[in-house]
Amino acid sequence: MAQSDPISGGSVDTFPLLLLQHARKQGNRTAIREKDLGIWQSWTWAQVANEVRTLACGLAAQGFRREMNLAIIGDNRPRLYWSFAAAQCLGGVPVPMYQDAVAEEMLFVLDNAEIEYAIVEDQEQVDKLLEILPQYPNLKHIFYDDPRGLRNYTQPQLMSYDRLRELGREYDRRNPGFFERTVSEVRPEDVCVMLYTSGTTGKPKGVCHTHAGFIAAARGDVEFDGFNSSDEVLSYLPMAWVGDHLFSYAQAMVAGFTVNCPESSETAMNDLREIGPTYYFAPPRIFENLLTTVMIRMDDASRIKRGLFHYFMGVARRCGTQIMDGKPVPPVDRLLYVLGELLVYGPLRNILGMSRLRVAYTGGAAIGPDLYRFYRSIGINLKQLYGQTETSVYVCKQPNGRAKLDSVGRPLPGVEIRIAGNGEVQVKTPGMLKEYYKRPDATAESISPDGYFLTGDAGFFDSDGDLKIIDRASDVGKLADGSIFAPQFIENKLKFFPYIKEAVCFGDRREMVCAFINIDLQAVGNWAEKRNMPYTGYLDLTSRPEVYDLMLKCIEQVNADLAGEAQLASSQVSRFLILHKELDADDDELTRTRKVRRSFVAQKYAPLVEALYSGQSHCRIATEVKFEDGRRGTIEADIKIRDAKTSLHPAMAA
Amino acid sequence: MTGQRKIGDVMLLVENIALSFGGVRALSDVSFDVREGEIRAIIGPNGAGKSSMLNVINGVYHPQQGNVSFRGEVRRRMDPHRAAAQGIARTFQNIALFKGMTVLDNIMTGRNLKMRSSLIEQAIYIGRNRREEIAHRAKVEEIIDFLQIEHIRKTPVGRLPYGLQKRVELARALAAEPTLLLLDEPMAGMNVEEKQDMCRFILDVNDEFGTTIVLIEHDMGVVMDICDRIVVLDYGRKIGDGTPDEIRNDKAVIDAYLGVSH
Repeated sequence: MAQSDPISGGSVDTFPLLLLQHARKQGNRTAIREKDLGIWQSWTWAQVANEVRTLACGLAAQGFRREMNLAIIGDNRPRLYWSFAAAQCLGGVPVPMYQDAVAEEMLFVLDNAEIEYAIVEDQEQVDKLLEILPQYPNLKHIFYDDPRGLRNYTQPQLMSYDRLRELGREYDRRNPGFFERTVSEVRPEDVCVMLYTSGTTGKPKGVCHTHAGFIAAARGDVEFDGFNSSDEVLSYLPMAWVGDHLFSYAQAMVAGFTVNCPESSETAMNDLREIGPTYYFAPPRIFENLLTTVMIRMDDASRIKRGLFHYFMGVARRCGTQIMDGKPVPPVDRLLYVLGELLVYGPLRNILGMSRLRVAYTGGAAIGPDLYRFYRSIGINLKQLYGQTETSVYVCKQPNGRAKLDSVGRPLPGVEIRIAGNGEVQVKTPGMLKEYYKRPDATAESISPDGYFLTGDAGFFDSDGDLKIIDRASDVGKLADGSIFAPQFIENKLKFFPYIKEAVCFGDRREMVCAFINIDLQAVGNWAEKRNMPYTGYLDLTSRPEVYDLMLKCIEQVNADLAGEAQLASSQVSRFLILHKELDADDDELTRTRKVRRSFVAQKYAPLVEALYSGQSHCRIATEVKFEDGRRGTIEADIKIRDAKTSLHPAMAA
Repeated sequence: MTGQRKIGDVMLLVENIALSFGGVRALSDVSFDVREGEIRAIIGPNGAGKSSMLNVINGVYHPQQGNVSFRGEVRRRMDPHRAAAQGIARTFQNIALFKGMTVLDNIMTGRNLKMRSSLIEQAIYIGRNRREEIAHRAKVEEIIDFLQIEHIRKTPVGRLPYGLQKRVELARALAAEPTLLLLDEPMAGMNVEEKQDMCRFILDVNDEFGTTIVLIEHDMGVVMDICDRIVVLDYGRKIGDGTPDEIRNDKAVIDAYLGVSH
């Protein structure tokens, strides 16, 4: 795509040039829409280019210069997207920040990025910035889009977006040629955006991307999935998140498709139906919420509708994914599927706002098998991808027709992946970050001397050549026979069963894998009630042989799954027990974000671990618990231990 | 609020009002004024005559004695329809919305008095009426945006939680573009978060549209926080009138609320 460009004279390799190219070539097509006062307002590419020009000139009039950073805070709004482009036109760097961050969190980023200029959405954000002004007096200019509630604010730092535009028009008139000149001075190797990583470990780090890198990543995506100017997306995920920046900004700039901004975060699902995007991205949590809404409404539907729905969902489960992947299906099923498409799947996709959807992606967390199968079976091309903020999310994607539940697909064009000795996935990608802002130490730690980014994730390539991510590399251990042991991978597989709330696997430097299981009281309780099985409470339920049988079935299913994968065949769960109490953050067994603190649990329940590995059939234990009111007590229980059947890997069985 | 809001001249003057239902004296000899642009509260124990007072102001009840003058026009008998035409809107203690209609339609009814076209024109929806309806809808959308209820625009009111219904009622009152807004216990039965939201909206309405507001409220925290001046009623009589600070230290008011033998 290296056409010569009238402004730069060279190729179109910066975001401002891309924008101007669209304005010239498809100036009358819709670039962005926003629902305002109940009506979808749209702007063409030519109008957007004009707005960006005015805004850039306004910022220049206010003293914003090359290499300065511009904070952008708010919901997905056209004007905020234009702010990205305006900053880039001036050779500056947009720094989007999470709109729901509290003032203190903002202070760190503002200070770290030495921000003097900010464009924000409304009073809420202005209030937060004014709150931290005494601690961070360097913030000199705050521009706000929505003036509501701000009429009586008199702080000298404040200026409305509309006033900024007026100043921009004035500046543009007085300085002809300024805009063209400044745009032509932007180089592909300049930093185009700075995205702060969430910082679950330590302080947030500013990830700096270059125009060249981010555009290369976006271009790769666009070519891979064949996006073009007729595609539509809904931008509703936080602008500070790399995913939204890639989908709603970079890819839109490269492919020239239309971005739609919802009216408010509460209306996003409704707006989704009105727009009917052709391309959609959501983390698994959102797909789950959608499914739950559908299921709840189905339960309220009339008996005939409910019957139809369940019958045809059965058909879809049987053959839906195969039909999508173009695999052979018995003619009767194919016929039933066509009927189902007419009566159930089509209307259902319409309700979900997915009638026109060509491609949907999910990523960022493991997706449950039922969820994944549901969407694919009703004809939604849901695929997974893998990437980080540091790699512009350009690492792996599942190609059409080759989507699998537990892999993240294959390396995208131009990406090189190698698996280090400890199982860590290392990546060389066109979308590689330039550096962490002002953190040469962190940059050196994450990029190897030969140019690979160290993801910190452990994974391997399966027999089809697809990448499987199994765990954080630091959590991965080895079994006594030398094969890898990825506890989280196994635990996730177990937790996808509704009956299992939490699981803890042991196996590092041991000859087999053993597991603690926490049952889900509600799901197992319901299950027991349906079979007329009386129980007195959690403790009673956990010791029932029927419940053990139920868990055994789940575990053996996971084992059969693991057996299919050579690298993980030895990680099958050989023995397990059901814990007599729920793991709880109050007892320090979980973190506040509900992650298991593995070593603490192993220590606390050492006798149980010992019993698992010494072949005993039960074990007595007394555990101290903290009640919510601060009192302490002990629970005593005699816990049974059961063996689980393990299967042989097909290659070994032969 | 950082504002320098302008409180103007007297807008509504209530003089020596007496109202009784048979032998029950609901109000006796109550006088007070409301100034342009202020938020005025009426407080008092149960049965003090607060709602009756609002009903007198917008003409639902006709007092046996006394005058109500609105913008200099003195009137003895008033009916709600004329009150609304003069720019007085209200919300009710027990929500009075059309439960089966959508939020949008409910708010549109607030524009009713501003419609100029005839019933027949409205029925066939052409020409003048069409233009009119579009203009009204635009105004209603502004209010929906203002009160942040976009997500329930098409939801029937009966399906909404109580707090949101209260907000819709406020929206309908605002749709009439009132100069004086009467709110009868706008925060009754709400949780803390809903109350905070409602307080913000009331302050915003006052600030943004310059609407004068008279409200009845039991939550003293709210009243003391957002109101400029307060009238205190007890057994149909006015026992206090002043700024929140004055009322807080008024002996008669403290007695009425803590209860002393009469």
